[in-house]
Amino acid sequence: MAKKLDKVEAVTVGVGWAGGIIAAELAKAGVKVVGLERGNDRSTEDFQMVHDEYRYAIRYELMQDLSKETITFRNKPGEKALPMRQFGAFLIGTGVGGAGAHWNGDTWFFSPYDFEIKTMTDKKYGKNKLPKEYTLQDWGITYKELAPYYHQFERMAGTSGELNPLRPERTEKYPTPPMKDTPILKSYMDAANRLGLHPFRQPSANISEVYKNPDGETLNQCQYCGFCEKFGCEYGAKSSPNVTVVPTALKTGNFDLRTHANVTGIIHDGNKATGVRYVDTQTGEEFDQPADIVVLTSYTLNNTRLLLQSELGRPYDPKTGTGVIGKNYCYQITAVATGFFKDRFNAAMGAGALGTTLDDYNNDNFDHSDLDFIHGGSITMKQLGKRPINENGAPSGTPRWGKEFKKESIKWFNRSIPVTSQGASMPHKNNYLSLDPTYKDAYGNPLLRMTYDFTEQDHALYDYITARCADILEEMGAEVVEPKELTDHFDIVPAQNDHITGGVIMGADPETSALNNYLQMWDVDNVFVIGASAFAHNGGYNPTGTVGALAYRAAEGILKYRKNKGQLVKRETSNKLV
Amino acid sequence: MDEDSKKSNMSRRKFIRNSSYAAGGLIGGGIIGSLIGTNYFNDTEQPSTRSSKESNFNRALMFFTRQSDFQILSAATERIYPKDDQGPGAIELGVPYFIDHELAGAYGHNEREYMKGPFLEGTEYQGYQTPLKRHAVFMTGIRALESESKSAYDASFVDLEGEQQDKILKKFENDDVKLHKVSSAYFFEMLRSATISGTYADPLYGGNADMDAWKMKNFPGSQMTYLNKIGSEKFIDIKPKSLNDHIS
Repeated sequence: MAKKLDKVEAVTVGVGWAGGIIAAELAKAGVKVVGLERGNDRSTEDFQMVHDEYRYAIRYELMQDLSKETITFRNKPGEKALPMRQFGAFLIGTGVGGAGAHWNGDTWFFSPYDFEIKTMTDKKYGKNKLPKEYTLQDWGITYKELAPYYHQFERMAGTSGELNPLRPERTEKYPTPPMKDTPILKSYMDAANRLGLHPFRQPSANISEVYKNPDGETLNQCQYCGFCEKFGCEYGAKSSPNVTVVPTALKTGNFDLRTHANVTGIIHDGNKATGVRYVDTQTGEEFDQPADIVVLTSYTLNNTRLLLQSELGRPYDPKTGTGVIGKNYCYQITAVATGFFKDRFNAAMGAGALGTTLDDYNNDNFDHSDLDFIHGGSITMKQLGKRPINENGAPSGTPRWGKEFKKESIKWFNRSIPVTSQGASMPHKNNYLSLDPTYKDAYGNPLLRMTYDFTEQDHALYDYITARCADILEEMGAEVVEPKELTDHFDIVPAQNDHITGGVIMGADPETSALNNYLQMWDVDNVFVIGASAFAHNGGYNPTGTVGALAYRAAEGILKYRKNKGQLVKRETSNKLV
Repeated sequence: MDEDSKKSNMSRRKFIRNSSYAAGGLIGGGIIGSLIGTNYFNDTEQPSTRSSKESNFNRALMFFTRQSDFQILSAATERIYPKDDQGPGAIELGVPYFIDHELAGAYGHNEREYMKGPFLEGTEYQGYQTPLKRHAVFMTGIRALESESKSAYDASFVDLEGEQQDKILKKFENDDVKLHKVSSAYFFEMLRSATISGTYADPLYGGNADMDAWKMKNFPGSQMTYLNKIGSEKFIDIKPKSLNDHIS
């Protein structure tokens, strides 16, 4: 029997970027907020032993405990989905700060094209540019409407960067200047310029100088130690919820952070949520936390699963195309080419978002009339800091073990570097999330089932963008350039990309989207669902900046909802038959 | 002390003197012990594991119960990451002890992985599905290395020439050996990745002795800052540091 707790005004499920931003904004406005986080508490002090590749990058210290909960996976409807038993293709964070503790720090704005992709694609290339199986749709918000929230996120995070020559005007400068330049990044910049492209120093949450944000939190200067991705920062120099919004929320006295609290369901009375149920993962005790407003702020997959499991919203059915929860699941198409150079560079030194990028082949910045795909990807060379367990690359043909392997992998460790792209991913009617009929989590609830495969659009985009990555490495003078091939089908095993989106998408039409543009559920007025789960497709950049902007937008929406109740956005219902 | 023991001790001392990682407490009888039964030394003297003043107490077995199994594992890791003119191989680095210790803990018991049934065979894109935990996969694989060796060469895996050992390992890599409830290719992948992990992980885990694997790769380990170095046009050779340097 679950113990019933005293009612609070708002509860968040998960305390990462989304949960932290909601907690800070609501608590500052005087709202009592409970933050339920299944993982442990952590702060900068917890990262003193973080320079440990094995513990963090190989054994995944900061990631979800898959023995408790994972997903099942299949490539297409009709196949039997099987559990993802170990991490591979993507990682799922856990604990206070969530993915915002272990991220690299790439802090992007999506493009104006992203938010109106359906309208703009139809207008420029006609309605049949993509076959009808692609469930492409606008986001129900424009870049111009979202831009102020992007800036708000940057000011809080202290983002370092320089102006992208191919971007629309920004109304504010980056809060801090770009990170340090390095010889290999300069070589990329020069090569790209010689090719007539438009490279620039990419936006970074590894902060270039000491920065005090508007909430009074101080971020330190990045030390380029090379341990960012999959690690926490021992300096508090990478903006994360742990050093920004979580302490901001706690200082108000209005934020009650409860760790080891794993939410198993949203309690509701018809179309009104009344609270959440959670399990104390250390004692096994169950609690019901009543709340006026329930805010789902966990990872993409968990946001979707919690709604399906709690029977809130209309589940998506790929056969009929009806329903919305689980719809438009997207990934990111990671095009890669590796350059092997004659001379050594200081490959171990680096930072998660220390890089040079170009957008010439991203968004609709290039003409797609003669191409069989839309969109593209940012193309980046990063100096992340190479680490020796994971980095044993050598030109193809080198054996994978033995004398030759040892010799070559050692030789190339400080001589090779990839150019990578965050390739956009378009939604397809057969790529979706639902509940698994067979496999259960540690609490007896069904696992989430992912049905996903690369589309023809993905393959075409990948091949085109990979060739562009290779062009730049050739121009840089690499001795060997090796573009990587995309597997025929999406494979759950090899590490690819952690940028998973969709499942609870926003839009203007309740028939085709789950949320309005304040991330309020169309079907349940007092539930807001924040995260990359709200993306109607995945763009050509890392997603966190957009998650942050949407979280600030949703925080404003929640404060409005407190006063006015009801739906914050007027429905635009399409005429199409359901 | 009998004659054999004296010889062994001499051999051990000579080995330590000649090795590139002769640095105080990090080495000891354990490393030498791991060489027993391998064809690592050309001389016939087998060093003793007993009575060493330079003992590294970490170098003992917490998972394996039979030293013979551990020696097969050791020999296999050495083929994956062999000693060469650049520096030590898996055995000298302590990789077999790393694997032994990992198999005894969370890694070997898949503590943070989904191990609920039913276990069904999927497509090649759905990831490997076996009910066996890693420690069981390793035991199955190691015993199979030995039985393959005996049937092919009528000798123990540890007594084979390196190229013969490679042939057997390749059979596993190519999934040409039938094992119970797990594929030989899956075992090989696990063996390979565990060997590389032990080679390059922080020495706190028992491998990468004296940070020698990092030195070979010019990886500086755990440095607190590169703020004033990262702009350098030239490659900077930095003496590596381990997490041990951060303990106050």
